[in-house]
Amino acid sequence: MTVTGSPLTPGSSAPGGLVKSVVELDRVVIRLAGDSGDGMQLTGNRFTSETASFGNDLSTLPNFPAEIRAPTGTLPGVSSFQLHFADHDIMTPGDAPDVLVAMNPAALRANLADLPGGGLVIADSDEFTPRNLAKVGYATNPLEDGSLDGWQVVAVPLTSMTLEALADTGLGKKEAERSKNMFTLGLLSWMYHRPTEGTVRFLERQFRRKPEIAAANIAAFRAGYNYGETTEAFAVSYEIKPAPMAPGRYRNISGNQALALGLVAAGQRSGLPVFLGAYPITPASDILHELSRHKAFGVRTFQAEDEIAGIGSALGASFGGALGVTTTSGPGVSLKSEALGLAVMIELPLVVVDVQRGGPSTGLPTKTEQSDLLQAMFGRNGEAPLPVIAPRSPGDCFDAALEASRIALKYRTPVMLLSDGYLANGAEPWAVPAVEDLPDLSVEFATEPNGAAKDGTPEFLPYLRDPETLARPWAIPGTAGMQHRVGGLEKADQTGNISYDPANHDLMTRLRQAKVDGIAADIPPTDVDDPDGDARVAVIGWGSTYGPIGAACRRIRRSGRKVAQIHLRHVNPMPADLGEVLRRYDRVVCPEMNLGQLALLLRAKYLVDVQSHTQVRGLPFRAAELAAVVQDVIDSTGDTK
Amino acid sequence: MTTSPHVHDLGMPGTPIDANIQQAIADSVAAQGEKQTALKAKDMKTDQEVRWCPGCGDYVILNAVQSFLPSLGIAREDMVIVSGIGCSSRFPYYMNTYGMHSIHGRAPAIATGLAASRPDLSVWVVTGDGDALSIGGNHLIHALRRNVDMTILLFNNRIYGLTKGQYSPTSEVGKVTKSTPMGSLDHPFNPVSLAIGADATFVGRAMDSDRKGLTEVLRQAAEHEGTALVEIYQNCNIFNDGAFDLLKDPSTGPMWTIPLVHGQPLVFGPDGASCVVRDDFGGLRIAETNQVDASEIVVHDATREDPSYAFALSRLSSQDLRYTPMGVFRSVRKPTYDRMMADQLEEARTEGPGDLGALLAGGDTWTVSA
Repeated sequence: MTVTGSPLTPGSSAPGGLVKSVVELDRVVIRLAGDSGDGMQLTGNRFTSETASFGNDLSTLPNFPAEIRAPTGTLPGVSSFQLHFADHDIMTPGDAPDVLVAMNPAALRANLADLPGGGLVIADSDEFTPRNLAKVGYATNPLEDGSLDGWQVVAVPLTSMTLEALADTGLGKKEAERSKNMFTLGLLSWMYHRPTEGTVRFLERQFRRKPEIAAANIAAFRAGYNYGETTEAFAVSYEIKPAPMAPGRYRNISGNQALALGLVAAGQRSGLPVFLGAYPITPASDILHELSRHKAFGVRTFQAEDEIAGIGSALGASFGGALGVTTTSGPGVSLKSEALGLAVMIELPLVVVDVQRGGPSTGLPTKTEQSDLLQAMFGRNGEAPLPVIAPRSPGDCFDAALEASRIALKYRTPVMLLSDGYLANGAEPWAVPAVEDLPDLSVEFATEPNGAAKDGTPEFLPYLRDPETLARPWAIPGTAGMQHRVGGLEKADQTGNISYDPANHDLMTRLRQAKVDGIAADIPPTDVDDPDGDARVAVIGWGSTYGPIGAACRRIRRSGRKVAQIHLRHVNPMPADLGEVLRRYDRVVCPEMNLGQLALLLRAKYLVDVQSHTQVRGLPFRAAELAAVVQDVIDSTGDTK
Repeated sequence: MTTSPHVHDLGMPGTPIDANIQQAIADSVAAQGEKQTALKAKDMKTDQEVRWCPGCGDYVILNAVQSFLPSLGIAREDMVIVSGIGCSSRFPYYMNTYGMHSIHGRAPAIATGLAASRPDLSVWVVTGDGDALSIGGNHLIHALRRNVDMTILLFNNRIYGLTKGQYSPTSEVGKVTKSTPMGSLDHPFNPVSLAIGADATFVGRAMDSDRKGLTEVLRQAAEHEGTALVEIYQNCNIFNDGAFDLLKDPSTGPMWTIPLVHGQPLVFGPDGASCVVRDDFGGLRIAETNQVDASEIVVHDATREDPSYAFALSRLSSQDLRYTPMGVFRSVRKPTYDRMMADQLEEARTEGPGDLGALLAGGDTWTVSA
């Protein structure tokens, strides 16, 4: 815990004559851990909202099992939520927690190794029963046997105090016990001076049809807060000042939420109805849920019978003039491959969102990974190029969705948007954009013939391309005189008729590739963060590694060394100047949550000796570990500056 | 931006067409004049050479459809034909409408997205027994249960033609083909039974060579609101020639064909010698007309809500095609998926269209001042 100040107020007096001190901190990482049924994700989200509205910068890392309810009290059933918040701009959810809240022995056992010595453990002592201890292999109670001497431990009977607080509500024991997460939230809210009105409003709204449950949760929340204020167990509370942020209106947003809003915005800014065809899959389903709520924007959501119907229906809607979208995760992309090939062939706009998770096969459904890059690039039969876009942070999912839609609509092509589990569920403060500042994505449908038959009669040529973008015209059913047929068989240039002509196939294959490659001229140059412009080592990343790489680079720079950060949003095509940029550096390091997929592409494309650094642990990189890796590379160049 | 009156509706007044789409349609009308709905068969043809094998039943069906469609009074540009893969799926190339020759088995899914987002269009799916019942079986049953407004023409030739003659999911057991030299082992699907089992709201069957019967079933299917499935027995003269001769041959056809006419007693065969009566187990059976009381003869009612009757009808025929009912098995009214989806959008907009600025700034926000 970074203590930057001594007690602020030398004696804020609490009831009972207790004197409590306030310590000012610049940042804190809290990890809430409990059983899958303990409501840790909800508690974490509420604490995040309180923190966001207080004005701290923040970053979150929810981490939960794929099982909805693994057996109670077991290690596989542990669910956790890590929140990093600070009085300054931060980039990651934190390498390690400063505070671990353990709602049961399993939560302690599963998470203690991540808590540095001296860190604070708050444990629900009621749950440390012989039975629960035995379930996870504790022979004795760690809260009592001295095994936690290296940490500060506060054992609090959270469950029984919650029951006591709700004794007069008439709720049954089981029901009342469920509010212990709100008691805990109350305690933490006191500890970190969080505003509480938002949580009270939230509980009232959430349980508006069950007012007795709302009242119980609010009572537990308040009891937890008051307990913090009055107990001798906690002598200190902490203040983390708001972070300086650019002026404007902010909200807290998760990646999936931002992505969904980006798609709604793309529909509004293009003037096209959005059609989402999707099959439920973790961790992408929340995009389907969110978009289903926005019918007032003309958004149609279709829960399809399978992944293939998800993309098929979206492509059908695109043929009819909609902005077709399908959302999925890696296994779903595998199923959509053939339809993606059709979309490449019939050259219609389509946004395909892949919220990547651990693979292969079913893999790690609730954990993050970046291992679908090569699948996005090449996972289809034949030469089937398509643009690939990757957001860098939860809030950036909004802009990435708009950019994917822009490219899909302008170039009449399927676009793959590669988010991941960490971005999807993670959250951060997001500056709410003004609608008029969003890009104009308006499209023009073809409504008049663009060619002439041999006898001179006007004719519609569905594959007569725009000379600049190489996009074909988009004529939609209902438009007279423009009837045409598209399909998966090779198209004759211009007419789009079936063609088996060898020269035509060669031409069309190269045209489809040239269309996608040409997008490089329509995207910004490489994003390089090299403050002094004279670093000799560059770290390149794509997607959600932006935060950890950025945090690692900051650490290195704080130690007086130089390093450049290069980050790719457009993974295909890559920025036109990327090869030149990479060659400026003596060494290029590429950290990825896969076994080196971007590194492979960079090496193949630019003949640059990119050094791959990889991990596939289902979790984001830790900034400190990345910094050490990059530091070694800097050292190896002999650069001691 | 999205609510506007319909431009051209197909029996669905008030269908909302999104503004940009409506504008494109209006622009094309401005450029090329009013929509043409007085069409002839030749207007439905394209300049593409039809490339089925000479003598294929698909030619007969194509001609029947091209002759029949103009009678619907729908402009060509308001029709879309979506197909999958297989011989029959080349169909869209020969029709002067909008069309998509898609991928194997997926046409119902693609058509669902199109029909659900564009209820102003007349959407058709052309598929075959392999396309619809094998690789695309899942999409077919789900399209049928959802009741999206589209018409599915399933050309059943009981063989895989385009891949040169393997048995199909409708081939009779014991079928000797290249992939089953000792005879096929799989029990076949009865497509009509399958569709009724999926709660299809319209199911019909017709014969490729019976222009009059086929046209009549097509007409009723086209007029039906919701998903209509029409199984069309189609001869593959290369790999399964004569598959339906028992029903086509004038000497045997009448004996084994049960014509389904709504409101008429199910009497068939030479001199009306055979009829359909109820059996003791809630099903149907064939009887000799002169052996039963006239009141026992079932009067065909395609509008029965309960699908058991239509299902029982479909079970009268077996793999060898004896006692094959032809015509409309079932035609019931249920709300269509696209209509209900449009209604939900309307309901969501009762207080006006969505406000993007308000949506983006939704939830708990805070302001940082300069």
